[in-house]
Amino acid sequence: MKLRVPTGLPAAAIVAVVLALLPFTLSGYHQGLASEVAIYFIAILGLNILTGYTGQISIGHGAFMAIGGYTTVVMSHDHHTNLLLTLPLAFAVAFVCGVLVGIPALRFSGVYLALATFALAVSVPQLTLKFSKFLGGSNGLQASTTVSHTWLYATSWSCAAILFAVAWLLLGGRTGRAFRAVRDSEVAAVSTGISLPIYKVLAFGVSAAFAGVAGSLFVIHTNGFAQPNEFGVILSLQILIGAAVAGLGSLWGVLVGALFVGLLPNLSTSVPVIGSSHGQDVVFGLIVIGVMLLLPNGIAGLLARVARLRART
Amino acid sequence: MPVLAGLAAACVFLVVGCLSSSIFAQQTVAGLAQGVIFSSLALSLVLIYRATEVINFAQGEMAMATTYVAYQLTLWGVTYWLAFFLTLGIAFVLGVVVQLAVIRPIQHSVIAVVIVTIGLFILIDGVVSWIWGADLKFMPAPFGKTTYHVGAVTVARQDIGTLIVSILSVFLLWMLFKFTRLGLAMRAAALRPASAALVGIRVNWMLAIGWGLAAVLGAVAGLMTEPAQFVLQPTMMQAILLYAFAAAVLGGLESPAGAVVGGLALGVFLNLVGQYVGFATSELRLPIAFAVLLGVLLLKPTGIFGHKKVRRV
Repeated sequence: MKLRVPTGLPAAAIVAVVLALLPFTLSGYHQGLASEVAIYFIAILGLNILTGYTGQISIGHGAFMAIGGYTTVVMSHDHHTNLLLTLPLAFAVAFVCGVLVGIPALRFSGVYLALATFALAVSVPQLTLKFSKFLGGSNGLQASTTVSHTWLYATSWSCAAILFAVAWLLLGGRTGRAFRAVRDSEVAAVSTGISLPIYKVLAFGVSAAFAGVAGSLFVIHTNGFAQPNEFGVILSLQILIGAAVAGLGSLWGVLVGALFVGLLPNLSTSVPVIGSSHGQDVVFGLIVIGVMLLLPNGIAGLLARVARLRART
Repeated sequence: MPVLAGLAAACVFLVVGCLSSSIFAQQTVAGLAQGVIFSSLALSLVLIYRATEVINFAQGEMAMATTYVAYQLTLWGVTYWLAFFLTLGIAFVLGVVVQLAVIRPIQHSVIAVVIVTIGLFILIDGVVSWIWGADLKFMPAPFGKTTYHVGAVTVARQDIGTLIVSILSVFLLWMLFKFTRLGLAMRAAALRPASAALVGIRVNWMLAIGWGLAAVLGAVAGLMTEPAQFVLQPTMMQAILLYAFAAAVLGGLESPAGAVVGGLALGVFLNLVGQYVGFATSELRLPIAFAVLLGVLLLKPTGIFGHKKVRRV
């Protein structure tokens, strides 16, 4: 644990400097792509807090992204709220929803929880169709303002940095230890005086809040347009894929996970052999399978292996 | 016991309803025909879950792909029922190959297997759309378009055929597990892998055959879905898979009987609610299915037929 600060801080500083310089070299389109990576980064970070640190699996984070995204769009559309102000609002709304989901989730474990959250991912976009007067239905809802690529880039990566710091502080301290204790053995955690319901629900809330911010940025990224299709099951699955590629229980792998799900589908559209848009699915699917076969524990597992090798020599 | 009493009460309710209203009877029969498809797919999920505690997210897409194989065979001039049985054989091989190639190497890590099945989901979707295109395809109707009139009730021959084929395949599978050496070995390998290996059962092969049989059941579900929806398209099994999840969890995930009952109950319930509850419009079908699921899980966290797992600490 002592090692983490000296190796972690310079790495974080390098990443921060590179990210700060990138917009000067990137075109608008690529800034948009980079913002997408930031959005996935935030969502995967949130999922990692829940799954990696307290061991509760969620396949429903797309639902919390939808909640955050629709918070932003409704506020902007109905009340002309500044988009920046809607971000903390999305955080708060998603946090409350996360807590509300986290309380019944206390009764489930393992695969039952996974499927219950999957139900959430499926149901929430359908609800926007049912309450179409308020939420726009399948036609979607348009925010009152749009922003430039550079604005989005700066905002999304600033959010990513702030939330990363929050996650680091939260997980490095007392709460993080309690989370890990819950993950490793609930019985042992309870017998050392950790309140299971409080920490499990807290993890759900924080995790959902992160996804909420990601969803809010996601909507801003699509020119302030929110539509149920954007928040389909595939989005939840992509976040889960990102978290698995990142490896659970590590903060550093998250960046790689975000790059993986953020960039790979875009890169693989240009595969010459298959050509058309189906190539994207074929290549993405193959690479997901390949990566999991090679690195079942994700990038975090790889980093741990490298660290062990270095310690030995 | 309260479970059995509840089921008996539900059956009495349905019979009384059917006798007193022809619309009710019609919706019940249509619901059973839909439900039996959920049951088949749910049962294939349960088969794999019992053996390896893993949910195969690609089950629906594998079923869809095998249905396309049957479509191709009928295009080549093979008669429908010959194509049907050939497809079941191909599905078995597909299931075994998938297990050997991508599941076995990482079967010790549940999360990795889940991600691989999600990767398979994306891959199969891409491959099918690449080969056959994403547009609608049509197959010959296996049962014709006849409808029967029983009193004031109209029953499609299609629905009866679906019920018979699905129930027959479930029954054959049950016979296999109950009365053959292979079935016994497979049950042993699923329930007590270590002990099974000690008495000379090839546990790994049993798991592969389990995947093959699950794929066969999935293929039956796919082949029966195609006439029910009248068209063939790459997304045809996605909603069915979600209902099958709900059905499997409803039944308790480890119980084959539970999966069958869960699927039938879900099919009938959704049709009746759709008929009689004005608020339950078609966009709320999936959310309602999952609301029922969550309700049942909150009362009985391991499903209707599930047993609570006792863990040693």
